[in-house]
Parts: sequence; structure tokens; C-alpha cells
Amino acid sequence: MRLKSLKKKLTGDNTFRVLTAIIAASAIIILFVTAYVLSTGAVPVVQRFGLYFFTGTSWNPVEGRELYGALPYVLGTLVTSGIALLIGVPLSLGIAIFLVEMAPKKVRVPISYLVELLAAVPSVIYGLWGLLVFRLWLQQNIEIPIHNYLGWIPIFATEGGGVPVGLDLFNGGIILAIMIIPTVASVSKEVISAVPDSIREGAYSIGATKWEVVRHWVLSYGRSGIFGAVILGLGRAVGETIAITMVIGNAIGPNAMPTSLFQPAQTMASLIANGFLEADKPLDKSAYIGVGLTLLLVSLLINIIAHVMVARVLKIKGGAVE
Amino acid sequence: MPLLSILYEVISRGAPFLSLQFFTNDALHGGIGPSIQGTLILIGLTSLIGVPVGILSGVYLAEFGDNKYASFLRTINDVLTEFPSIVVGITAYTVIVIGIIGSYSPIAGAVALSFMLIPIVARTTEESLKLVPDSVREASLALGIHKWKTTLRIVVPAAKSGVVTGTLLAIARIAGETAPILLTILGSNYFFQGFRSSMDALPLRIFRDARWDDPRVQAEAWGVALILILIVLSLNIGVRLVARGRFKR
Repeated sequence: MRLKSLKKKLTGDNTFRVLTAIIAASAIIILFVTAYVLSTGAVPVVQRFGLYFFTGTSWNPVEGRELYGALPYVLGTLVTSGIALLIGVPLSLGIAIFLVEMAPKKVRVPISYLVELLAAVPSVIYGLWGLLVFRLWLQQNIEIPIHNYLGWIPIFATEGGGVPVGLDLFNGGIILAIMIIPTVASVSKEVISAVPDSIREGAYSIGATKWEVVRHWVLSYGRSGIFGAVILGLGRAVGETIAITMVIGNAIGPNAMPTSLFQPAQTMASLIANGFLEADKPLDKSAYIGVGLTLLLVSLLINIIAHVMVARVLKIKGGAVE
Repeated sequence: MPLLSILYEVISRGAPFLSLQFFTNDALHGGIGPSIQGTLILIGLTSLIGVPVGILSGVYLAEFGDNKYASFLRTINDVLTEFPSIVVGITAYTVIVIGIIGSYSPIAGAVALSFMLIPIVARTTEESLKLVPDSVREASLALGIHKWKTTLRIVVPAAKSGVVTGTLLAIARIAGETAPILLTILGSNYFFQGFRSSMDALPLRIFRDARWDDPRVQAEAWGVALILILIVLSLNIGVRLVARGRFKR
């Protein structure tokens, strides 16, 4: 407060303040321009196809027979992200709990370090590894055995009963799981360390074991923050483009419907990465931009939920962090 | 575990490719010269646009950020940090490649990457500046030094190591981005050809090579990946080591 009244009197300072305020407004401009570009770009395709754009499954750019339905890609995004959460969240929580509650400092530091490095590896390198290394391992050791014994279950089937190739929903989901681990693990680590020690001490004092303390007290105290961490991971998974483009098999049209784990599919982001530049007609481009807009809205929604949830926990613990 | 496998594969499969020709030749002669050059140009241009804007935004948020406008900006920055990168690519493509320049351009790539860099740099700058104790600011103001001069000459230098660390980490992160530059600089087999032409970059080269139907070209992708991962990880580890050394008492 004292600072504020001083500042008003000094000349030149208001200029500085206004100048930095204007520069800081670049964030608003970026957001506004993106929203404008995507929504005006998507108008033609939505006008022409209306609801079909969201519920249809065909994707046909041939002149005179154009048909654009984005449903398979929306579902593809949701299913791969779902797989990523299913695999990635338990692992991340395990890492976070281990680091906060159990690990001695000697172990904690190098492991946190490795997790951070995992976040620094560029997504295209995950894609390369998924495409040329992991795919073969997955195909030989997991997909073919499962397919041989359980191929009659629809989610393990392949088209025409062929051998799974390893470029499919399953591979995509696992690569995404690896990629979201650093995000989910580091945010839940923060949340878990924010749980006050008095909660733990109280629980121990009534005779709870370490596992019970973590499970019933720590996790439930921080649940909304951990939920936020998970949603943040979901946001990353939904927006991830290049790695997923390299491993998902890039199916198009009705074939891209995510019906089986071992079938090639497509997400919204990979569809854009694959097709956007080849789209030469305005309606074609507009269809891809429409998919981009859908992707943006989905990821915005996810992020807003996540921030609200995380903020709630960090506020509860009352100023220890931030 | 996956990290170790990735590192192992990248190093063991990439190492045989390391040679002088591999670094300097263009893509038609078995080298990745254009990709290295392109990545460096992109990093330079992006820093030129993104770093000043990001840092000044952070200065505003930290020093004058006690109002509704600033907290609105903070929310928007958070949202931008989590933007799907391909969407940023579409925006830069539509506005710059189609709208302003009329062709694929390194500038469009740099703008797309700046869109991703600015919110991260703004955030880390704000956080580092907030760590500077208010007594430092008050002491400077008490000497009759203007607020703007206090900020630029006293507060920012005091927070320098945090700002530099955060900025370098952000640059390391965007150096490996592929999706936004895929739509804006397209990729190319040749060295830099001006600001109205497509250009190559390391991540793009990996992306292209890996999807080629020729095992030899796919193998080459590992060589490129090794270079990229060396750049990114050495930036990361180096910055962290330096920062830790400095904060240790």
C-alpha cells in the first residue's frame, strides 16, 4: 500500500506501468486471434453440414461428394486419452506417493530429476521410439498373444482377423501415458506435500499403518488437487500431436472409429497434422479448422476444470505453497 | 524405465551417424545441415520475439499485478500454456503463411513458437521477481529512484538467475516442438533460402525420416534424434546444474 501511494507521485512511472501492461496484453491478443481464426475458419463446414460435422463418420474430400464428419476423431482422442489416464495415473500417483512419503532424500532427488527429464524429451522422439522400437515389442509380446487367444472379443479384434501391426489405439494410449507421467506425478507430488503433517500425525496416533495413512488420509485430503493433476494430464494427452500421429496408424473415415484396441485409429490432433497441408479446397481447409476448434474447446474445458480443482486444494492448505 | 530405453536406443542407433558430413551436408547428400541451421534460426527468431515480450509481461504481473486485469492475464497465460500445439500451428498458418507473407516462412514458425514461449516466460519471470524481497524495492524507492528504474536496474538483476533459468528451459522446450512448425515452415531439403521460403528443423526432419518407407532413412532419424536430444537435454541439465550451484549456500 505504501508502495502504491509513492508510485503515483513519481513521474515516468505511469508510462512504464502502461507500457508493460500493453505488452502483457499480448496474451489476450494471442487468445483472441486464435479464437477468431478458428471460429471464422470453421464457419463454412459447420454451415454446410451442421450437426453431421459432429456426428458423422465419413471424411470425403472428393469434389462434388464432400462429406465431413469428425466423430471418429473426437472419439479417438477421448479413447487414447482414456487409456493414457488408465495406465499413467496409477503409475504417477505411485511415483508421487513414493517420493513424498517414503523415499529417503538420496533416492528422492535423482528420481524427481529423472521424471523432470522425461518431461524435457521432445514429443517427436517419443514418437520415433514408439514407431520403431516400442511398436515391435508391443506387437510381438502383447498384441499377438492377446489377439490369438482373445481375438473374438471385439476390443481385441483386427479387421479381417489379420495380425495386429502395433500401430493402433493401444500403442497411442501407452505412449500418451508415458508422456503424461511427468505432469501428473509432479503436480500430485506438490499436492501431497501440501497435506499438513498434523493430518498424518493424527492418523498415526490412532494406530494407522503407513499404507492406511496414505490411502485414507493423505489421498482423501488432497483428492481434489489430485483430481486436478489428473485432469491436467488429460489436457496434455488431448492436445498431444506429433507422437500420436506417428504411432496411431492414421486411419480415416468410418474405419477410424475406435472400436478395437488393435486397430489403427486417428485423433483430432493427428488428423490435422496429417491432412491440413494437403487440403487444397476452402471447404476442405475449413473442415480441418473445424476439427481444430473442437479440439481447442475440449482442451479449454479440461484445463478450466483442472485449474479450479488444483486451486481449491492449494488454498485449503493456506499459504504454504503460493 | 521408458526414459532409459529411449536414451539407450537414441544413443546406440544414432551414434554411428555422427560424422562431419552428417552435420554439414544438405539432405540430398546425406546430411542434416539444413535442419541444424533451421533449428538455430528458429530458436534465434523465437527468442527475439518471445523473450522480451514474455519478460516484460512477467514484470508487469509481478510489479503491478495487484489488480483484476492482472489476474485475468494470469488466467489467460495459464490457458495459453496448455494450448494444443497444433492449434497454434493453424493460427500462425492462417494469419502469417496465408495472410501476411503469402508463403511458408521461418517467421511464421517463429511466431507460432513465440505464442508458446511467451506465457511460459511470463510465468517464470513473475515467479522469480516475486522472490525478490519487498525491502529491496523499498530501499531503492527510499533513495528517490523511480519505480521503473528500480524495477529494471535493481529488481530484475536481483532475480536474474531465476529469469535466465526459466527462459532457457522454456527455449529448450519449444526447440523440440514439431506440430506448430510443421504447418508453418513445412520442412525442406535445402539450407536457409530467405524469409519467404520453407525451411527445415531437427524435429521436422525426424518426423519425415521416421515415416519414410525406407529402413535406411528411418535409421537416419536416430542420428537426428541424437543431435536434438543432446541439444535439449544438455540445455536442461546444464541450466539446472548452474542454477543449483548458485542457490546452494
